[in-house]
Amino acid sequence: MKKPATINLPAVKCYHCGEPCENENFLLEEKQFCCHGCKLVYEVLAENDLCNYYNIEAFPGESQKSQTGKSNRFDYLNDEETARNLLDFQNQEQSHVTFFIPLIHCASCIWLLENLFHIHSGIISSRVDFIKKKVQIKFSNQKLSLKELVELLSAIGYEPRINLANLEKKQKNYSDNRIVKKLAVAGFCFGNMMLFSVPEYFSETVLIAENFRGLFNYLNVVLALPVVLYSANDYYISAWNSLRLKRINMDVPIVLGIIALFFYSLWEILIAGNAGYMDSLGGLLFFLLLGKIYQQKTFATLEFDRDYKSYFPIAITRLSQDVEEVIPLRKLEVGNLIRVRNEELIPADSILLSESANIDYSFVTGEEVPVPKKKDDLIFAGGRQLGDPILLTVQKSPSQGYLTDLWNNEAFEKKKDKLLEPLSNKISASFTWIVIFISVSALLFWSFTDFSIAVKSFVSVLIVACPCALAMSTPFTLGNTLRIFGRGKFYLKNASVVERLALIDTVVFDKTGTLTSPSQAKINFHGELLSNETKSLIKSLVSKSAHPLSIRINQWLGNISVLEIENFEEIKGNGLRAIYKNQEIKIGSSDFTGSKNGELEEFGNLVFFQVEGVTIGYFHIQSGLREGLEDVVKALRGKYEIHVLSGDHPHELGSLKAKLGKDIQYNFLQSPKDKMNYLRDLNTSGKETLMIGDGLNDAGALQESNVGIAVTDQVSHFSPASDAILSSDSLRSISDYLGFAKQSRNIIKASFGLSLLYNVVGVSLAVQGLLSPVICAVLMPVSSISVVLFTTLSTNILAWKKGLIIQKST
Amino acid sequence: MEVIFLLIAISLILAVTFLWLFFRAMKDGQFDDDYTPSVRILFDSHKKATKKQSTKPKSYE
Repeated sequence: MKKPATINLPAVKCYHCGEPCENENFLLEEKQFCCHGCKLVYEVLAENDLCNYYNIEAFPGESQKSQTGKSNRFDYLNDEETARNLLDFQNQEQSHVTFFIPLIHCASCIWLLENLFHIHSGIISSRVDFIKKKVQIKFSNQKLSLKELVELLSAIGYEPRINLANLEKKQKNYSDNRIVKKLAVAGFCFGNMMLFSVPEYFSETVLIAENFRGLFNYLNVVLALPVVLYSANDYYISAWNSLRLKRINMDVPIVLGIIALFFYSLWEILIAGNAGYMDSLGGLLFFLLLGKIYQQKTFATLEFDRDYKSYFPIAITRLSQDVEEVIPLRKLEVGNLIRVRNEELIPADSILLSESANIDYSFVTGEEVPVPKKKDDLIFAGGRQLGDPILLTVQKSPSQGYLTDLWNNEAFEKKKDKLLEPLSNKISASFTWIVIFISVSALLFWSFTDFSIAVKSFVSVLIVACPCALAMSTPFTLGNTLRIFGRGKFYLKNASVVERLALIDTVVFDKTGTLTSPSQAKINFHGELLSNETKSLIKSLVSKSAHPLSIRINQWLGNISVLEIENFEEIKGNGLRAIYKNQEIKIGSSDFTGSKNGELEEFGNLVFFQVEGVTIGYFHIQSGLREGLEDVVKALRGKYEIHVLSGDHPHELGSLKAKLGKDIQYNFLQSPKDKMNYLRDLNTSGKETLMIGDGLNDAGALQESNVGIAVTDQVSHFSPASDAILSSDSLRSISDYLGFAKQSRNIIKASFGLSLLYNVVGVSLAVQGLLSPVICAVLMPVSSISVVLFTTLSTNILAWKKGLIIQKST
Repeated sequence: MEVIFLLIAISLILAVTFLWLFFRAMKDGQFDDDYTPSVRILFDSHKKATKKQSTKPKSYE
């Protein structure tokens, strides 16, 4: 009954997605496909003459194997309110909608998505934003409904990601735009003011007639107005807010300088008939805003504030009077009957009505192995059903479940950015007092001899000491660090995370998914030597099961042929059973097979293999550590205190201890709330904590820690709310990143020193009343530019030395 | 030398025009996506009538 082992031939790659075609080959026009889904996509494209898709890039598609082909899953889009929330614009004839499609990854994607109108005449036009992975589609209401549009996209393999969060908040981010506008205004005014000030720079030589000087100065006043009234107003607001809290931040001395510069120049020009320093004022704002923009580097496709809403499904299958209907989640009520299919998420705490269920809680608890549930059990939201569809009654509304409770915790209320006072604020407080002290002493000193010089030197000190260079060293250093990290696939939410990262002394790792990775699983078989036939036999059983341990054994067995078995059944949470050549075959847990091996329990999962009640042997499966992590932990161990938290059973404690070291604190069976409290306890004991986790179950801990880093295999995929997102293959560089954050703090300090030097020179000229427009015009840009150069060059050199800049692509 | 008044007026008007153009371009979303157009321009427009349609609304708005 054996099938010939022809499958071991070099695998043919799927024409659509490039994955090897393992099973029966799907053939069409001499092209091979790996699955039915890929073939379907090709058929749609071929029908509409869009096969150019395959010429732009090879294998542009995504494998369609895992697609669940449930036909009515987009029914909720027929709901008018849901549709209205999704649409950007709608009138009688057409609608505009923007979808986020994570799959967009190559030129072929752009080409296909912008040629959608070939497939359906109802689509007017479509435009792709590659960086944001978004496509904006304009379509005709009469010819196409929103649901049909989404179905069409999903038919060609580009299913948009629609989640609850999309539906709720729909506002554009204008703040970025505003600051660019302010910069443009400041730049425009600064440039023109410099032109009009040229005669003043060379005031000794008379360039033009005297009567123009007045005109030029008045023009400068007019040009300074938009700068003072528009470009600078963020600084007024920020300074006022911090003064109200009786604190002094960096913006206070800046505002002091702006006011002194503006009113002194106004007095000079209008009353004294001199030149004033309006051009310096323009330059000051221009450079400050430039620094601000540089610091505000954002990663467009990443979201750092996601909560459970982006994870939960937006549509639920509800049963009312035995009729299935797909409704939006927000219409779900307590007491409703719902049906949850294979791989679907349970949206609310509910009671199980079906006989049994197999719930994968990996995202909530971190436990990898699914939990079997019986009738009348309470099932918490966030679990994922594996296997046959189940029926549930809803007990709590989705926003009040066990999992979502976490988000109502106070930890999610507080803003971490406010917790730590930035280095620059600490310095600016003392700086401001010193400046005021010097200017007042200068005023007092000169007032005994000449009162006009006294006023002049008083104001000059305020003007020159204005911490332009001081204020720019922080944004440029942090902004550049942010970019360097981004190149290493370590994406920070904002620049203040760098400063917090520099102060870390305790590192807490989540185990499942962070330290260990399912793809690194180690499998050993203990017992009798397996013949090829037995291997094939085991494969034929495990390949039929979706249990994670079965999948791993299946992978371990590799590409071998399968045998024909009878009476296959899977006992949820226990094991697999089948009949082969009239013999009963059992593969499963110790309870299921009745075999035991106590010694190894601490070192991983055991799966026993039995024929007719006789144990042949067992698989020993350890979820493997991610590559290079032992070295990372070694590198971190001396400098930081290390903790490991896990929602898992402690069956791997032994192997973890052997690999990572015994002096690390291990904590198992931690619920999401336990993790959060653990971090809180560490914080209250005065530790500066860094939490590195991956799942929704770490969300509380990530929020509670000083810096929370979410590790993910696919950066554009889901990750819980965090301060930073780290690609899992960059995890091994984490100690370098921490070290680099520390050093960038030193760079800020050094550049503070440099700008203080400028201030000392400027102030010493100012107290003597020697300040002239030329010196001002030169000193201001030179100090700013040199500080910018110093910070960017030194961060780049440091990063290069540490090997953090490897590839030069941006 | 009186021509200088005229020149100043012209230079300011020019500069303000450019500032306004920049604002307009920003509002139109010209700086939102600086990558896709570089890919889009390389596609062969083997169907002329259709290619135009997708770019038309943007440039003639």
